[in-house]
Amino acid sequence: MLNKYPLWKYLLVLFVIMIGLLYASPNLYRADPAVQISGEKKAVVDLNTLDTIKKHLTDQNIPIKSISLEDDKILARFDSVDTQIKAKDAIEVALGDESYITALNLAPTHPEWLRSLGANPMKLGLDLRGGVHFLMEVDMKEAMDKATKQLIDDFKSDLRESKIRYRTIKRRQGTDMIDVVFREEKYFEKGKRLLEKRFPDIQFIENDKTEAFDLRATLTEQRYNDIQEYAVMQNITIMRNRVNQLGVAEPQIQRQGANRIVVELPGVQDSAQAKKILSATATLEFRIVDTKHDVRDALNGAVPPGSELFPTNDGTYSLLKKRIILDGSHITDAQSGFDENGMPQVSIKLDSKGGTKMSQATKDNVGNLMATLFIEYKPTKEVDEKGLTIYRKEQEVINQARINQRLNRSFRITGIDSQVEADNLAMLLRAGALVAPIRIVQESTIGPSLGQENIERGINAVVLGFALVLAFMVVYYRGFGLVANAALGANLVMIIGIMSMIPGATLTLPGIAGIVLTVGMAVDANVLIFERIREELREGRSPQSAIHHGYDSAFSTIADANITTFIAAVILFAIGSGPVKGFAVTLSIGIATSMFTAIVGTRSIVNFMWGGKPVQKLSI
Amino acid sequence: MRFLKLKETVPFMSWRYIAMGISTLVVLASLTSIFTKGMNWGLDFTGGTKVEVGFDEPVDLDKLRKVFEATQFSDAVPQLFGSSKEVVIRLAPRDNIKSEELGNQLIQVIKEGMQQNVEMRRIEFVGPSVGEELRDNGILAMLVALMCILMYVSMRFEWRFALGSVGALAHDVIITVGMFSFLGLEVDLTVLAAVLAVIGYSLNDTIVVSDRIRENFRKIRKGESQEIIDISLTQTLNRTMITSLTTILVLMALFFVGGELIHGFATALLFGVFIGTYSSIYIASSMALMLGISKEDLIPEVVEKEGADLEP
Repeated sequence: MLNKYPLWKYLLVLFVIMIGLLYASPNLYRADPAVQISGEKKAVVDLNTLDTIKKHLTDQNIPIKSISLEDDKILARFDSVDTQIKAKDAIEVALGDESYITALNLAPTHPEWLRSLGANPMKLGLDLRGGVHFLMEVDMKEAMDKATKQLIDDFKSDLRESKIRYRTIKRRQGTDMIDVVFREEKYFEKGKRLLEKRFPDIQFIENDKTEAFDLRATLTEQRYNDIQEYAVMQNITIMRNRVNQLGVAEPQIQRQGANRIVVELPGVQDSAQAKKILSATATLEFRIVDTKHDVRDALNGAVPPGSELFPTNDGTYSLLKKRIILDGSHITDAQSGFDENGMPQVSIKLDSKGGTKMSQATKDNVGNLMATLFIEYKPTKEVDEKGLTIYRKEQEVINQARINQRLNRSFRITGIDSQVEADNLAMLLRAGALVAPIRIVQESTIGPSLGQENIERGINAVVLGFALVLAFMVVYYRGFGLVANAALGANLVMIIGIMSMIPGATLTLPGIAGIVLTVGMAVDANVLIFERIREELREGRSPQSAIHHGYDSAFSTIADANITTFIAAVILFAIGSGPVKGFAVTLSIGIATSMFTAIVGTRSIVNFMWGGKPVQKLSI
Repeated sequence: MRFLKLKETVPFMSWRYIAMGISTLVVLASLTSIFTKGMNWGLDFTGGTKVEVGFDEPVDLDKLRKVFEATQFSDAVPQLFGSSKEVVIRLAPRDNIKSEELGNQLIQVIKEGMQQNVEMRRIEFVGPSVGEELRDNGILAMLVALMCILMYVSMRFEWRFALGSVGALAHDVIITVGMFSFLGLEVDLTVLAAVLAVIGYSLNDTIVVSDRIRENFRKIRKGESQEIIDISLTQTLNRTMITSLTTILVLMALFFVGGELIHGFATALLFGVFIGTYSSIYIASSMALMLGISKEDLIPEVVEKEGADLEP
């Protein structure tokens, strides 16, 4: 029979829409502005803390909606963003201790049974909930410099161990290649074999054009990529730790492209503080102080060959040995505290490789001074041929301490003047635990009230746009207009449902714009079908056959039109960034759902209402 | 209800030379504006810092400017944003200090200088290299989109239609961008997204029209190409207008209540929808017609086996 669906088809359409409705429903429950309190290491969050906070907020006349302790975290919910911000400040004062972390958060309010089904509200982008977005860039050139330097050291120590004598091992100017020059021919073969065995991922090429016995070491592509990969990954790990220190409720740290990291900190208001912690673009090195030579001579230009001159943090200069004992990447922890005499100290922990290096280096240096050299990277105006910013290296000796015994994985620096200085040193040591410098290349901070406003504006735009289209369709197409409106409603529900289901999808303001636009364009499919049906009716077909032909002949047009728009959306998603991506996501989901609701959805309603019955006139 | 009850076929194509003439002029004017006046690139593409702050009372911009003059932010340009209590301040990219900290410092300066409660609403900082990259990527996205669409349409229809529709898209994009250039409106990432959405929308329209032309070429055995195109355009005219209208309705909603952040987006799309509607009628179809589209190109070929007679 014409225009009749089998029962299962109706049920399937109904089922799909119900699923959409189910997963879209958590969005109806408005999230509470909340403050989350957690403790860092020393500070414990318990019922006492909860009572303190409660009492303080009541004293200050800040109304709490609810407050609870869960998983060592306190979650206090409030009625409005204003109270939330006031409360955050008040809680910070009440707790008074910096080791407590108070963070703004949005607490979901949808019921437990929905949660158990995995139905959660859409994640809101930072433009809708407030927070900080950083795009950070890892300086790959510096990572390569470091790797090459390390390699030269490794070559030297390996050759020395095997008593193979070399003349020089140094980096070829302006490249990542290393020239190894041996003293005699007999060392050359041996040395080559040894190095090739020990460093399988490096290519050694004999340089027979010269008289000397030299080798040219080049990193294999693989090794080159590994170094870059490692630089980014380590930065991400370190960034994660630092973000944990910030105590953000749901931080997002993701890699973007070859050398970029995206950090999103929802609810963070003080972007300056976040930046200080995150963008400490620094590394550090431990070196032995050269006390045999005079600093004054060096200042006059007579820097001894094995040493380098560096400024210190008290405005003087210091002469340090060129050899780096180890760098900041081996530091696993640095904490300030007090020694047995109640004097400020900093205790440092190293990884095992760092421990070995430290132990070897300090064995023969007991009694000598060890300096901590802090290296900061500051961006300059120039860019290299790839358009990447060139960094200026600023180095400063932040501490010099006498080595009292052979050191190992865990040691401490004592004799620090004040606690502030100790705190500072510990912070810098932790900050120096980075392998390649990193800097913020893009920032976007949205205040919480603007976020709230953006949500309201977005919702208003959707509601208004939707209402206008619904009204128009009913006026223009009457009965069939209602059908199209039902489909449009189902479409909106399904977009929201799918957005809520996809774990990585976040709703942003441009995303809302995408939804609004989809609403406007989704009716196009129905307009095409209905206009077609009208045409068929005008040509004298019976209502049933007009419906049948209308749907049939409009289908390929709708498919073509939607596929091409979809192509545009996919390209937007692939190439675009930030706001453009958010728009592309909702647009492409919208295209998919609107195809379903506008073709299958409306057809099943039409079939159900008019199909298979003797219809004289269609309400179209 | 019906907008137009057309009994007669509208002779769209007989006006095509006038339309083409106007389009050519507008495209040329747009290109002239783009290349001489240039674009008012937003922060996303130029790099720099933008800070949005909210005050409790209406702000005296002159006072704010004076506050800035005394500090390192003498180049800061404050502007009202949305209401008299909200101000957006722009700073050009600079490199003497850590530029990513400028935003926070600026707010500090305002707080101290204005002796008023200031609420940080938004800070945007874009490094110069990122800005350029975003712009290049945006242009790349546009070109890739056009190429992919060209390929898809050639595959589904015929190369004349494909060229026609891509011509229409280029026409729409150039005029929309030209409008932004001419009016000096700020182009940010959302505008770029909107321009790409215009491509999608305009294409949608063009495809619907082309589809109908193809169908009519197959169905109506008599008649000139021009006549068939006219018939097709007349048949789809109601649909074209309704869809444009609903899209314009929602865009109006976005434009008026969506807030400042997506103003540029809504503006670009509104331009684009108007132009896209026009171009699907005039540019795409007239280009296909000028390229010599005919029945034979669209009617499925009847495969004649050559040399079939020779076999015994």
